[in-house]
Parts: sequence; C-alpha cells; structure tokens
Amino acid sequence: MPVSQETLDEIALSRDEYEAIVDRLGREPEPLELGLFGALWSEHCGYKHTKSLLRTLPSSSERLLVAPGAENAGVVDLGDGLSVCFKIESHNHPSAVEPFEGAATGVGGIIRDIFAMGARPIALLNSLRFGQPDNARTRYLLNGVIGGISSYGNCIGIPDVGGEIFFSDNYKGNPLVNAMCVGLIEDGKIASASAKEPGDLLLLVGADTGRDGIHGASGLASRAFEEQAEMRSAVQVGNPFLEKVLIEACLEALDLPGVVGLQDCGAAGITSAAIEMAERSGMGLKLLIDEVPRREEGMTPYEVMLSESQERMLLAVTPGQEMPVFELFEKWDLDATIIGNFELGENVRIYEEGAEITSTPVITLTDAPEYKFTGVKPEWLTKLQNADLSANPIPTESPADMLLKILASPNIASRFPIYRQYDYHVQTNTVVEPGGDAAVLRLKGSKRGIALSTDCNGRICYLDPEIGTAIAVAEACRNLSVTGATPVALTDGLNFGNPETPDVQFQLTESIAGMSRAAEAFKIPIVSGNASLYNQSQGTDIFPTPIIGSLGLLEDVEKNSTAGFKSKGDVIVLLGTDSTWDDIDGLAGSEYLDFIHGKVEGQPKLDIDLEIRTQAACREAINQELIVSAHDLSDGGVAVAIAESAVIGEIGASINSAPGERWDAAMFGETQSRIIVSVKTENLPALKAITT
Amino acid sequence: MKFGIIVFPGTWSERDTHHALNGVLGQAAEYIWHGDEALGQYDAIIIPGGFSYGDFLRSGAIARFSPVMEAVQQFADNGRPVLGICNGFQVLCESGLLPGVLMRNDHLEFRCIWTDLKVENDSTIFTSKATAGETLHIPMSHGEGNYQADNATIDRLEGNGQIVLRYADYSGNVTPDINPNGSINNIAGIVNERGNVMGMMPHPEKASEKLIGGDDGNVIFSSMIESFAASLA
Repeated sequence: MPVSQETLDEIALSRDEYEAIVDRLGREPEPLELGLFGALWSEHCGYKHTKSLLRTLPSSSERLLVAPGAENAGVVDLGDGLSVCFKIESHNHPSAVEPFEGAATGVGGIIRDIFAMGARPIALLNSLRFGQPDNARTRYLLNGVIGGISSYGNCIGIPDVGGEIFFSDNYKGNPLVNAMCVGLIEDGKIASASAKEPGDLLLLVGADTGRDGIHGASGLASRAFEEQAEMRSAVQVGNPFLEKVLIEACLEALDLPGVVGLQDCGAAGITSAAIEMAERSGMGLKLLIDEVPRREEGMTPYEVMLSESQERMLLAVTPGQEMPVFELFEKWDLDATIIGNFELGENVRIYEEGAEITSTPVITLTDAPEYKFTGVKPEWLTKLQNADLSANPIPTESPADMLLKILASPNIASRFPIYRQYDYHVQTNTVVEPGGDAAVLRLKGSKRGIALSTDCNGRICYLDPEIGTAIAVAEACRNLSVTGATPVALTDGLNFGNPETPDVQFQLTESIAGMSRAAEAFKIPIVSGNASLYNQSQGTDIFPTPIIGSLGLLEDVEKNSTAGFKSKGDVIVLLGTDSTWDDIDGLAGSEYLDFIHGKVEGQPKLDIDLEIRTQAACREAINQELIVSAHDLSDGGVAVAIAESAVIGEIGASINSAPGERWDAAMFGETQSRIIVSVKTENLPALKAITT
Repeated sequence: MKFGIIVFPGTWSERDTHHALNGVLGQAAEYIWHGDEALGQYDAIIIPGGFSYGDFLRSGAIARFSPVMEAVQQFADNGRPVLGICNGFQVLCESGLLPGVLMRNDHLEFRCIWTDLKVENDSTIFTSKATAGETLHIPMSHGEGNYQADNATIDRLEGNGQIVLRYADYSGNVTPDINPNGSINNIAGIVNERGNVMGMMPHPEKASEKLIGGDDGNVIFSSMIESFAASLA
C-alpha cells in the first residue's frame, strides 16, 4: 500500500527518501519501521545536508584522545592526567514554541552528551539570538529562555560561565538557543557508547518513558515550522533534579566492572540511542519494547520508540554482572531496567508480547542519504558587499553622545542582568567570571587552567559566509588569547536556514570552507558539533550563524589576564592593527552601521596571518607579565572596547590619538585582529620588542 | 577536627565544602548519605547547598523528613555544632532547628552575586575569628533566600544577638538598596538561641581561595575549628 503524503509529512521524509527506503529494504516499510527511518534520517540525527561538508573540517591534533564523530564528543588531552570533552547543541525550535522548557531541556541534553563520555560536567555556556527586545513576544521568549537555562543549570550544580547574546529582528520568528557543556575526565577514564560482546545487556536507566517529545527530532528540528501551538507537545519537559541524580549514578556506575558502555537518550529517544550503539558496536540488537517503563497507559511501540522523554540513559552491561548495577541505581532511587540485548547479526529486532514486530538492518537505518551541493553566490550579496560605506553620513551628534548611544544598544549593553541569574561559582573553579572575553576555570590538582568562549557574528557571516565564519573562529580564539590561554580545540553549532534553497546551500558551503581555513591556520581541530537547519520564519532565513565554541589552555592559571583596566597612569595600547585609523571598510557589518544607520552591508575582511601573530604576541605579553589587562576588540569597535575595559576596571581613560575625518569609522569600526591592552610605562619597550 | 557533610539527592555543594574544609583548611571531612543515622563520630555537621530532592513542594521541605535529619536534630540537641548553608539553611528552618522561613526572592529571580556580609555578632562559634562590624566578601546563589519571621521572633532574634550576618555594602552600611533578596532587616545568617546551630544563605565554601575571588568564607570554617579546639582545652 503506498504511503500517504500526510504520513510522510508527519515524519518529515520526502517521497524520494521513501522510495529509497523501499529500494534498500526490497519491500514497503512497516509503520513502526517508517517511524524509525523518519527519526534517523531526519536532519537532526542524519545530517543529510551537512555530512559531506562536515567531513572536510580539520579533525586531527596531537591532543586528541578520541576523534570527532567516533563517540558523542571528541576528547582533548590537557596534560597532568586530565582531559576534556565539550560540545555545543541547539534547541532552537523547541525554545521558539515553549521557551522555558525548550531551553531547559537543551541544557539537559547537552549535559547528557558530556557525562555519557564518562566526564564530570564542569561548565556550561550558552549562545542566544533573539529579535529586538522592544517586542513583547521577544521579551516573553527571552525571559522564558533565560529562566529555563537558569532553572536547569542552577539546580544541577554546573556553573554557567559564559556565552553571548545578540539581538536582530532577523531572529525574531526563529530565536537561537545553543548550549555548550564542558566535561572533565580524570585518569583517562573515557566511556564508550557501545557494547563489547554480543549478549551484552541493554539497560534503560532514569526517567519513565512518556508521550512527550514525539517527533521532536524529525518534526521540530528538521523542517521549517509555522503552526507553533500545534507542535507544543513535541517539546519535552525537563527535570534537572532527576538529571543531577542520574549524573552521579552513571559516573559511579562506570566504575563497576560490568558496565561497558554508556549512551545518552536525546533526540529521537531510544530509537537513535540504541540503534547508534548497535552500529558503533558492529552488532545486532534485540529490543523488548514491553520492558520499557511507561509514564502512561496505552502507549504504542511507535510512541515508546520515538518518545523524547528527558533524563534517560542507556547502559551496556556484561550479562551476569547486572546485580551491582541494579543495587547502585536503587541507592540513587532510580529505575534501571533490562530492555534488550546486543547480539550477533545485522538487524535491530523489536519484540512486543514475545513476538517480533520488526526486523530492520541497522546500517540501512543509520546510513541516511547525503545531499551534496555547491553554492552559487547570489547577486543580492554582491550588491551588499559592494555598497559604498562612505555614503553613510557622518553623524551630526558629538562623538561622546554617539558613544553613549552605542553603549545603550542591546547588543553592547552589560549582560549582568542575565548572567546574575545563573550560578557561575558552583564547583569553585571559576577564576575569571562572566562579563569579560572568556571564562577561565582552574583545574583542581593542577597548575593549569582552561579558558572557554563562544562566538559568532551572524551579520558578518551574512555579508560573507566564508570570511564571516573564519572571523568567528578568529574571534572565538582571540577571546581565549586575551586571557593568556592558547586555543586547543573548537566545537561548532551550525545554525542555518532552509538547506533546500540555493542561498542557504551557498551559505553552508562557504561557511564550512571558512571554518576549515581558519581552524587549519590556527592548527586546532573541531572536535564536535551540531547542525540546526530550517531556521526560518515566514519564508525568511536567519543570518547564517555558525557558532564557534572554543577551549584554550593556560599552563599557569595564576597568570591569567582580565579585560578591566588596573591602575591610573597605565598606558593603553592597541595591538595588531596596521590598517589606517579611520578605515571606512571597518564599518562593514558593524553594530554602528546597523544600530545607527539601519544597514547591514559592506565586505568583511580578515588577515588570518596578522590575526595569529597578534594573538601570539598578546599571549606572550601576558605570559611574560608585561601587560596588566587585555580585551578583545569586537562589536562597537575601539571606543566600546576601551569603555568596557574602563567600566570593568572602574577607572577612566583618555585617548589622545586623532581619529581623522571619519571619526565614526575610527571609533566604531570593527576591523579584525585588534586587542586593547594596558601596560605600565616601564614595560612599553619590552612589549614593543614582542610585537615587532 | 572531623566534619560530616550531609548529602541528599540533589545536593551540589558537598564537594565544594569538602574542598574548602579538607583541601584548603586541612580538616578531616566525610560525606554522610541522607539515609544514614549515626553521626556520633563527627565533631560538626554541615548541611551544604544544592536543591535537595529538587526542592519540590518547597525548598528543604522534603529533606527534613530524611532519616539523617532526625540524627541531626539529636546532634544539635546535644549542643554540638551544625551549619546549614543555602539549601542547608532552608532545611534547618523547615525542620524547626532554626526559626523563620526563606521565601522566594522579592524580585522573583534567581540571584548569583558577590555579597558583603556585616558580622553583627563575633561571639558565636561560627564567627569567633571575625570582628563585629567587619564585612566578609562571600557569594550568594539562590532563588529563595528572602528570610522572614513574625515580629515577635524578629524582636527576639535581634534582642538575643542571634542575627549574625547581614547584607551590607563594602563599608558595612546596612541599607535597603544593598538587600539582594528582600530579607527582613537584611538578614543573611542567624543562630539558634543556644548558639550551636547556624544557617546562612551565602556560600562560605565558594570563597575559600584568593584564586577564585576571595577567601573570606574561611573565617566561618576557621571559627568553627578554633571553637572546637577551645572546647577540648
């Protein structure tokens, strides 16, 4: 019987994809089977439009202990027996529909990805995009999202140490909520999301399975959405208390000899988690669907398989060694249930009431189709890039008035009203708190520390996805370098519009190329990532927003540098620039141009060699303790950077450099590769020696 | 000195407290599971911060029914020291070991900030290392720290010197502007009448080293250690 269009729409598979399934199976799929395909071939799980691009990203480094893609997240060696894994993930559409729970479960999901690796989560960051806050619905979304992040993170005891927020009406109908989590692994005890031997038991631990979140991966995450209210039941509901207990129990369980694998249950629930485990183990899987503890009566196997109920994990356990596992979970008042076992063979076989109801080859399910495309640069973009920036009039206000105006922009103003709602002290490792360029954490038992940041300017990526993304990488690294940390690894959260349109295909292709180019220049790998496509509303795609999460290493955490000016009499130095002081090109994609002139135009530029030399010089100056503050120069340009260093340091500054005719470009231009540092007069010669 | 740190499901400050007591101050410290009932081997009990049992129903309302809380009651009745921090303060109020309640912050938001706490009473076993009038720089992190009690109770607490810490500015001025959560009389920490049970909303264990922003929190723990040593002498 041919499948109806309605059914295909529900699971977001195309007619061609359906035909491919029939072709590969040699028969029509069962309804339950089709649900499995819908989930695993969704953009969210199957990376249909990004897989071939992501393969081109640099993924090797001497510091890599687990390669990207091999497990839930790559693992980076920090020395002293310590390693970290980190990853960023989006929860955009759920947050647009139900902001509090959408954001909360986004945080919960990324935390599970991290402790599934055997890592103790030590930090959260979040990267948010909203429409302008003068809109009532935007404020509702904003408050809900911040409330959700605050509620989940605070309850679970993981510090929320950084991130960014950016407002533009381009995101009004489709806000972005990306959460990053960093985990610490001691003594190389890395967990694997796989079984060891055929016969290994599959245990489901944590929450019962309910009807929440069905079609979250296929429906919400993998296509454009307009009828928001109808999709509300596809948003999951979080319980951070349960997840806190689950973290402690799972990390303890990994010390038991019988526990050989740990996997998080996230998008597409048991379907994705269990079948990916089977694939990674190279085994078949027998699932006893009746054994899954239910939250409500009358759930069908289809609903059980596709539920995205939160706070669940899967364990692979050697048969005969399950008793200590049950005892451990009982101690934490958590359910642990055998729901199947791995076996020799190629198929996932689902049983209901003792009878096999489906049997499908694992590899057919997990090998989602791959769409390749090459982008063609749209004409409208060439026009925007070639805009004559000097046609924007010099403001009639005084430079001082203009600075005050810019400082009041939602994109520049202090983030304290937001981050004071997040606990950024818990775990007592926070050396540099939110509010600067990157958070710095000490690592107990080591002299070393890590710095963490997220960055992406969607406006600049819109004007040139290749250079814009390279700039996102450069700036995410610059945020680390100004603390004294050497960048060692990146994670990427790709947020793009509808990949079936030529413009977005161009943006995706160019953006990944720019990311590759910049990461290779910095010689650092991209260790994990997430792709969120179909971010559009009323037919308009969001700015391409490839958020870069960055991690840096400080050999001596005590030597970290901060953004605030320190004392009267120190000299302010602009590191890095060799462009003219009032370079009009620096206004391309700038906050000033958008906020004051209402324009997003111009050609962004990046000299990657200059960038790398500037950052190296800054780190060296910090390491030699020559400078007393360092601050990345970005949104709002040199005037805003100096104002920020002054506000943070609670000390004034006077600038005696003449800006030239285009004082607006001089003050607010966002030419890349620049850092504002302050230095004691006697150290100026030594600083000059480093930088020339 | 041997500290016992109570762990409920959902507690998250037990490791930070252990680090401050053991890693920084070199004292013996052990975790006590909420199902345990024997506390005889400990010289002091700390109920740390977190969200015990998810703070479902009301902060601390479920934790008070844990088996370990009966033992804590006994421990306190014997005159031995008990310190409740943040959620621990809430648990102590819920279980009746301290008077009053901790309501939702008056601005209805969670608040994580550094606070300056004016030491009002330096003769307690928790503040003997401080000088009355000085301020301690210690962070807070809570959504429900708005201390309230009826007038008679507040008068009694004030009269007995049971109000130990108040939110103040850096110079020790106690003003409504500096009050971060709406607590009556800017109350941040109190002791019971006997002086052996203290509750405070800010987290001394989060201010245990200069590297993480300050070490004023050690004044509280060091006072307990000093007072314990004095009690043995």
